Amino acid sequence: MTQTPFTPSIISRPTYAQLQSNGGSPSVLLAEGAGAAALLDLFARDASVLDRGQIFFVTAGSDLGPKLRGAGARAFHQGDSYSDIQVQFQTALNAAPMGTSVYLAGGEGVIGQATSDALAAGIEHDAIQAEHRGSIARRMQCVHCKGITENVTTDPFTCSNCGLTLFVRDHYSRRLGAFQGVCVDAETPGVIPEQQEIQL
Amino acid sequence: MTIRFNDETFRDDYTFYNSPEAIQRFPFPFDRDDYMYSVNIEPHKTGPKGTPFDVAFDVDEHYVSEMRDRAITLEQDPKRCQSLPHMELAGWDLLELIMTSKVADYPDLFELHRDGNSWRWINKPMGIDDSFTFLDASTLPYGPMEYITRQAQGDFALLDQRDDNLWMDAGMITSQADWSLDFDIGMNFFEWHAPVPKAHEMKIFQRALKFLMNVQQGAQSRRLNWTMTVNPRLDTSPENYHLWGPEKRTVTPENVGQKQYLRVELQTFWRLPRSNALAFPIRCYLANLQDLSSVPKWGRRLHRVIRDLPDELADYKGFAVNRAMIIDYLAQFDDGGETSPGIYPNEDKT
Repeated sequence: MTQTPFTPSIISRPTYAQLQSNGGSPSVLLAEGAGAAALLDLFARDASVLDRGQIFFVTAGSDLGPKLRGAGARAFHQGDSYSDIQVQFQTALNAAPMGTSVYLAGGEGVIGQATSDALAAGIEHDAIQAEHRGSIARRMQCVHCKGITENVTTDPFTCSNCGLTLFVRDHYSRRLGAFQGVCVDAETPGVIPEQQEIQL
Repeated sequence: MTIRFNDETFRDDYTFYNSPEAIQRFPFPFDRDDYMYSVNIEPHKTGPKGTPFDVAFDVDEHYVSEMRDRAITLEQDPKRCQSLPHMELAGWDLLELIMTSKVADYPDLFELHRDGNSWRWINKPMGIDDSFTFLDASTLPYGPMEYITRQAQGDFALLDQRDDNLWMDAGMITSQADWSLDFDIGMNFFEWHAPVPKAHEMKIFQRALKFLMNVQQGAQSRRLNWTMTVNPRLDTSPENYHLWGPEKRTVTPENVGQKQYLRVELQTFWRLPRSNALAFPIRCYLANLQDLSSVPKWGRRLHRVIRDLPDELADYKGFAVNRAMIIDYLAQFDDGGETSPGIYPNEDKT
């Protein structure tokens, strides 16, 4: 699978591009599922990224783990979900020296959480790159109760925390790693538009 | 000048009202009979005496009740006031600016006694008399930004300036036109304005950002922005949209004059001395259509502006659903006569 083409949207909506090598500077690399192929493509373009690189891999059903492990990075961590490797990932970010590059690849939910963790660890936003691969499911914050609903693929959807029916906005917070969900029937309680699949 | 402070509410039973004097000094935002976005920025603390434009931070008859409403909102949702850790110095800058400005503009209402960093602040309308050490947050009941903005009408954003951009890194936001500080905090100028239609294509934000980054200390500026709100509600936050949203559908041809409010934001821009941050107060003024139309010029003009507004803007400002009723109501005040240029309520020639 290749990188995902998104339609143009508002400015706060994240955009993704092919990962660009910063060469042999220290790097923290994280892939989720199909995002593994994006890291492998990056290594094929410039293997020096691996010289001082640590790889974190969220398998999400992908069978590319062995290939990533064998790519030759200085360290490799793998888990079934982001929360499995989150503490190790945060530790690596907190210990990262000046000039560290962060490479992320996968779905928007994990990219968003990893970006949020990287910013919280003091990595500058322009040192963080992300390439989108795989699911277009969104990580949504309910603006009303602040609860997070993962893997949202429909609009509207039900907030997993408070149960309100929310519509999916393109407005996005890097700090939260989430899009904003807003009550769809606030003005006319009970009048809910037909559910649709989220568009690219 | 003595201000008589209203005892009124901005929620539930909505007892808010404007006195005849408050109507006359209302910051009507339209200087002509039509409206489109522009970078309508001009120097602040200039303007006719008695208007909200000739003082730094206007104090009016709603002051005490507005501060009570803010306290209720904060009690229910403390995240309406947030400050990223690097913004505390900007908070002290803002505290100093507001205190010294209020004392200069309203010496009968506020006192500030300074002996080095030992300060005593007296706020007579709110019954506050506090002594504290400037730049030592442990001597105040809240952080400096929260402390002073619990005593100043309007919302306040503190914008950090770095990387050729402005960053929304702190704020006290309880009377907002449907945007969330908790969601937008940490965003840059373009990101937090992302949902605004048309203006990006018009390069409005690029020009505005360039201007704002060059605001100098002592050379503050202002602009007016506007929207519409049903009922005199300050807390039209997205957080509580499911609570106030249904009220938008309670407007009828019989009550539209009383229930439909023009909501005007007096936005000002101040460079802060120690932090080099930009203070961005957003002061909200509310007046219903009936009161506004008591000024013949405003009745005529408001009818024309709302009637001719592009649909996209009525949608964004959230009054598309009531627009026809608003126009029908205002039509009775528009005799087709000429209106004089400018925003002030002087009588039109007929």
